[in-house]
Amino acid sequence: MKAVRIDPANCLCGAIFIGTGAFFAVQASALGIGSALQMGSGFFPMLLAVVLIGLGLLLVVRALRTEGEPIGQFAVRGMLLILPSPIVFGFTINTLGFMPALFLTCFVACFASVRMSVAMAVLVSAVVTAFSIVVFSYALGLPYPLLGTWLDYR
Amino acid sequence: MDLLSNLIFGLSTATSVVNLGFCFAGVLLGTLIGVLPGIGPTATIALLLPITIQIGDPVSSIIMLSGVYYGAQYGGSTTAILINLPGEASSAVTAIDGYQMARNGRAGVALAVAAIGSFFAGTVSTLLIAIFAVPLTEVALRFGAAEYCSLMVVGLVCATALAHGSIVKALGMALIGLLLGLVGVDIYAGTPRFNLGIVELSDGLNFVAVAVGVFGIAEILRNLENEHGRDVLAAKITGLMPTRTDFRRMLAPIVRGTALGSLLGILPGGGATLAAFASYAVEKQVSKNPDEFGKGAIAGVAGPESANNAGAQTSFIPMLTLGIPANPVMALMIGAMIIYGIVPGPNIVAEQPALFWGVIASMWIGNLMLVILNLPLIGLWVRLLTVPYYVLFPTIMGFCAIGVYSVSSNVYDLYTVAFFGLAGYILIKLRCEPAPLLLGFVLGPLLEENLRRALLLSHGDPTVFVTRPISAALLLIALIVMAAVLVPAVRREREVVFAKED
Repeated sequence: MKAVRIDPANCLCGAIFIGTGAFFAVQASALGIGSALQMGSGFFPMLLAVVLIGLGLLLVVRALRTEGEPIGQFAVRGMLLILPSPIVFGFTINTLGFMPALFLTCFVACFASVRMSVAMAVLVSAVVTAFSIVVFSYALGLPYPLLGTWLDYR
Repeated sequence: MDLLSNLIFGLSTATSVVNLGFCFAGVLLGTLIGVLPGIGPTATIALLLPITIQIGDPVSSIIMLSGVYYGAQYGGSTTAILINLPGEASSAVTAIDGYQMARNGRAGVALAVAAIGSFFAGTVSTLLIAIFAVPLTEVALRFGAAEYCSLMVVGLVCATALAHGSIVKALGMALIGLLLGLVGVDIYAGTPRFNLGIVELSDGLNFVAVAVGVFGIAEILRNLENEHGRDVLAAKITGLMPTRTDFRRMLAPIVRGTALGSLLGILPGGGATLAAFASYAVEKQVSKNPDEFGKGAIAGVAGPESANNAGAQTSFIPMLTLGIPANPVMALMIGAMIIYGIVPGPNIVAEQPALFWGVIASMWIGNLMLVILNLPLIGLWVRLLTVPYYVLFPTIMGFCAIGVYSVSSNVYDLYTVAFFGLAGYILIKLRCEPAPLLLGFVLGPLLEENLRRALLLSHGDPTVFVTRPISAALLLIALIVMAAVLVPAVRREREVVFAKED
C-alpha cells in the first residue's frame, strides 16, 4: 500500500491560512461589502480573506503531494510557563500593584527553564523587580501604584 | 550647497548633549543585545517604544532607537567572531570565516576588520541617505492616493519576494498581517470591526504587543526548545591592527559590500541580513582563491560586515522619505513617529527638518561611537555571555510585560502579547516568516485608506491605478519583482542563498 505522503508543516500552515481567512471572511460579510464605488466596511477585508483562503488551499494541495520534514519538537514547558507570564501581569497589575505583579511575572517565567531552582527564581525576580522600580517608577515616572487595591492598607 | 548646510544643521542637532547621550545609550544597548543571543533589535525597539515616549522629544527618541538597530549589527559580529555564536541573524555569515580567523589566533584582526568595514559602510550609507533623501521626497510629494496604494503593494511584494522560504507562505503571512491591521474601527464608517465584541480592542490591536509577541516571545520559546550550554572560547585578543596585506585584501570587499548593502537595504524586505548573505556569496564568486572561504578569509568578514551595516542604515531611506517601512524595525520607527503625532511621509523633510537631518547626522556619530566603544569593551561583552540564559529570559519577560502595558495601560494588550507569542511561535515552527506579517500589520490600515480614497476620487474606476503614470510604473515594478522571483533560475539561486542561512 502506498504510504500517504504529506508535508505536515505546510499542511498545518495551509489549514491555519484557511481558518484565519474564513474567520475574517465571515465577519466581513456581516459588515457589508458594498461596491467598488461605495466600499463597505467589509470590502477590503473580504478581498484579502478570499485570497488568503485561496493560498491556504494551494498550500494544502501541495502539502498532500510532497514529503516534508516533520515539524520538530515544541518547547512545551516553555509555552506553559512563558505565555501565562504577561497574563499574570495583566491580572495582578491593578489588584496587587506594580511590585508584586512584576515579581510574580518574572517568577512564573523563571520556571520555564529546567535549570531553574526556586532560590534562583526568587533572586532573579527580586533583582528585576527592584531594578525596574528604580528605573521605571522613579527615574522614568511611570504612574503605576506599587501596591494595588487588594493590598492597600491605608 | 544645500546638502552641506543641511548636514551641518543635522550635526548641530545631533551633537547637543542630550542627543549625544541618547545616541550613546542607544548604541550601547544595541551592542549589548547584539551580543546576547535570544533577544534582537526588533523586540528591544518594540519594548523601548513606550519608554521613549517618556523622553518627550521625537528626535532624541528616534536617535536612540536607530542607535539600537545599527549597534546590534556591531554587537552581533563580536560574538560571531569570538565564539561562533552570532548574536544577530545578519552576523551569521560573519561567523563562518570570522570564527576561523579567531581560532587561528587572528581574532583581533577579524574584529578590527569588522569594525573598519562597518564604519566605512556607515559613513558612505549616511552620505547616500543625505544625497538621495531630498530628490526622493520631491518625487513623493507628487504622490496621490493611487500612488501610495501602489507603493505599498510594491513594498509588500518585495517583502514577500525577499523573505525566506516559500513565497506562498510569505504572501499568506503578509495577508494575515494586513487583516490583523484592520482590526479596530473602520475609519470611513466608524463601525467597529473584527474586535470580537471586546471594547478594549476597538482601537485596534496594540502594535507593540504584536511586535513583542511575534519577535520577542516567540524567539524566547524557540530558545527554550533545547537548553544546552554555550562554550565561550576565551580567546586571547592580541594584535588588533591588521597588516598591510590585510588592508589591501579587505579594501575591495568593503567597497563591494557597502555598495551591495546600500542597494539591498532600500528594498522592502531586504535589510541587513540579506545584504550580509548576498555579500558573502558575491565575495566567494569574485575571489581569486575561493578555497580559503570557510577557513578564515578576510574578505569573508570584511564584505558581509560592511554590507550588513550599509543595509541597516539605507533601510531608513524609504521610511524617512516615503513613510514606507522596509523591514519590521522601520515599521517600529514609524510607530514611534505616529505616537508623537508626526505623520511619516514625504512631508517630514519640510515639516520636521530637525528630525530628518538630526537622525541622519546621528547615524554617523553613532557609528563613530561604536568603533571607539567596541574594541576596548570586548572583554566586557564576552564576560556578559557567561550569564546563563535562564537568568536572562525572565528578565526579558518582565520588561516585556512593563513595556507592553505602559503603551496604553490596557490589560488586553498583555493578553494580546501572550496570544501573539503563541501564534508567532507556531508559525515559526511551521517555517513561516514573521517579517511580512508585521509589515502587513503596519501597512494594512494605510493601504485600505488609500485604496478607498483612490476609488472614491476616481468615482469607482479601478483603472485609475494604471492610468496614472507613477502608479502604473510602481505596479509594473511589483509585477517584475514577482515574476522574477517565480522564474525557476532565480528561484534556485534564492534557495542557495537561503540554504546557507540554515
